[in-house]
Amino acid sequence: MIGLQHYLTVAAMLFVLSIAGIIINRKNLILLLMCIELMLLAVNTNFIAFSRFLGDETGQVFVFFILTVAAAEAAIGLAILVVLFRNRRSIAVQELNTLKG
Amino acid sequence: MYSYYLTIVLAPLAAAIIAGLAGKKIGRAGAHWVTIIGVGISCVLSFLVLKNMFWGGAAPENISVYTWAVTDGLHMEVGFLVDRLTALMMCVVTFVSLAVHVYTIGYMHDDPGYQRFFSYISLFTFSMLMLVMSNNFLQLFFGWEAVGLVSYLLIGFWFKRENAIFANLKAFLVNRVGDFGFILGIAAVVTLTGSLDYATVFGGAEAMAEQSIEVLPGTPWNAMTVTCILLFIGAMGKSAQAPLHVWLPDSMAGPTPISALIHAATMVTAGIFMVARMSPLFELSTTALAVVIVIGSITAFFMGLLGIVQNDIKRVVAYSTLSQLGYMTVALGASAYSAAIFHLMTHAFFKALLFLAAGSVIIALHHEQDIRKMGGIRKYMPITYWTALIGSLALIGFPGSSGFFSKDLLIEAVRESHWHGQGAVYWIAYLSVLLGVFVTALYSFRMFFLVFHGKERMSEEAKSHLHEMPAVVTVPLIMLAIPSAAIGWFTVGPVLFGDYFGDAIYVSSAHDVLGHMGEAWHGSLGLLTHAIMTPVFWLAAAGVFVAWFLYLKRPDIPAAIQSKVSGLYNLLDRKYYFDDLYIKGFAAGGRNIGKFLWQKGDEFIIDGVLVNGTANTIGRLAGVMRQIQTGYLYTYAFAMIIGLTILLGWLIWLR
Repeated sequence: MIGLQHYLTVAAMLFVLSIAGIIINRKNLILLLMCIELMLLAVNTNFIAFSRFLGDETGQVFVFFILTVAAAEAAIGLAILVVLFRNRRSIAVQELNTLKG
Repeated sequence: MYSYYLTIVLAPLAAAIIAGLAGKKIGRAGAHWVTIIGVGISCVLSFLVLKNMFWGGAAPENISVYTWAVTDGLHMEVGFLVDRLTALMMCVVTFVSLAVHVYTIGYMHDDPGYQRFFSYISLFTFSMLMLVMSNNFLQLFFGWEAVGLVSYLLIGFWFKRENAIFANLKAFLVNRVGDFGFILGIAAVVTLTGSLDYATVFGGAEAMAEQSIEVLPGTPWNAMTVTCILLFIGAMGKSAQAPLHVWLPDSMAGPTPISALIHAATMVTAGIFMVARMSPLFELSTTALAVVIVIGSITAFFMGLLGIVQNDIKRVVAYSTLSQLGYMTVALGASAYSAAIFHLMTHAFFKALLFLAAGSVIIALHHEQDIRKMGGIRKYMPITYWTALIGSLALIGFPGSSGFFSKDLLIEAVRESHWHGQGAVYWIAYLSVLLGVFVTALYSFRMFFLVFHGKERMSEEAKSHLHEMPAVVTVPLIMLAIPSAAIGWFTVGPVLFGDYFGDAIYVSSAHDVLGHMGEAWHGSLGLLTHAIMTPVFWLAAAGVFVAWFLYLKRPDIPAAIQSKVSGLYNLLDRKYYFDDLYIKGFAAGGRNIGKFLWQKGDEFIIDGVLVNGTANTIGRLAGVMRQIQTGYLYTYAFAMIIGLTILLGWLIWLR
């Protein structure tokens, strides 16, 4: 029987994977956006698992909102990425260090 | 009389403003006419005021013209106190000023700053009149500073000459030392009596004398003594008493007319006038009077000695001015205020005369001032010669001249000032003024003989241009020669022994030297017939004789004496090293302190450590901190996660 802890474990693994993706990835900014999406999905999984476990529908409603916002955010993120690529001719993360002190 | 007083003061001011601001428009002739008319009006009205006071028997007037400000019960006013002392001073100031105005037309004939000069001397007349006519300490101080300012401007009149700039700065700074004392004295008066008005202050003088001040903690001093000494420090600065005398000889860098007007006849006597005006205060402190008399006698004798070794014609006269101011101060210290003012008056005439005569010689020789390059001028410039002779005779107190009456009686008053006791103070004062007579005669006639008699030592070129000056120069000389010769005879009785000054000067009965002398007074003629029996006459005669012997008969002797006692000569030639002390000690010391504070205090501590130091420290810190900012997204993300983990860990496990 698949219980709450299995869902939570999967979600945690997804979350850690996405963090690792953000930190380790040095090449591609698109990968970074994907990792952020993955992180949101991990959180969503948690929401749904708890919603089902607690019998409260609010968590599932919340997930819809998060998905909507995430879609919008991905659109904006990709738009920024396109502009960035036009300017810099590159989307490698290790070259984006204009904030260096 | 109210409108008279206002006109007397404002006429020179108006003339000064017109000549100063519209100088270009009205031209050279316009400038001298407007100022001469302005001062002329003042002079005529002053004599009318004096006539009203003296023959008309008018009462002293104390008028408040304008209330400038009232703060905390302290009235700051512009007002006139016109009594007989003031009236006399007004006449002296305006008369000498008028003579100098006329003379300036000749002296400054070719000067590009002609209008400016007239504007300044008229402004000076205004300031001096404000000073003497004041009825309160604030206006006195205003006049005091205003004459100091004009003196500064005029000493540095030829502002392209380095020595003139040095001299005017020196005069200003030395006067500042005196003024510091003066303003403290005024502050003491205000603190003790709560008023600036003369009448109120003098009324409260008795109460003031009973209070005490702790200048140094634990040593109470009599309030009156402190106040009077502070006020006298102001007088020392303005009237060039030792040790604040150093500015006066240097001030001769200015044009000669102002040496005559400001640095001989009027401004430098402001200190004497002020002490005489404050006689109700000074009378209540014998300590202050003792200080006054000692300072005066030191100045009278030792500054006279310096006149003997000077070779600049104007400097000789300047040192004689110092010495004569010392005489006046001695008289003040002996409570013979009337004698001081009387000597002030006669001195104003004969010293202005001597300066103008010296100036006449200087222009005739095309601005040559060294008396070693003069000689035998007598036959070229007869009017200058005779007027200078009158001036010199008056200066040494030749019987019958104005200087004789004032100086002879001044010395007599010092001798009679028994209340100083027979102690050191008395003998210092008496011997100084007595020996000073000899010294005065020596340097006066040394200069006189070297300039007007003996071999003609100037160049042939200069000699060919030598001639008597035009009327604008000789008329003022004659104008001043007449009172120099005669005024003593007519005025000595009423001024010294009559009740001319009335209530204007207060002398306590214990100090009343002149009253005591007055009992034996038999008129001018009586004094004149006794002249030959006094030591004063013989000392003066000896001085003239020595001068004649050394500089006309045997001109080789002075050089021999000079090499024999070169130590003494150097001491005199370097003016007792006062200048060296001030320049190397105070001035250089002050500059060094300033330099230390500038380099160590300002540049190092404030700029280096505090201002730039703060910035540098922050800069260095930021230099370290910025190393953390890599600019890579993953570093920031990693930092966020670490932070989040720590925060969560703290929330879960540590709380």
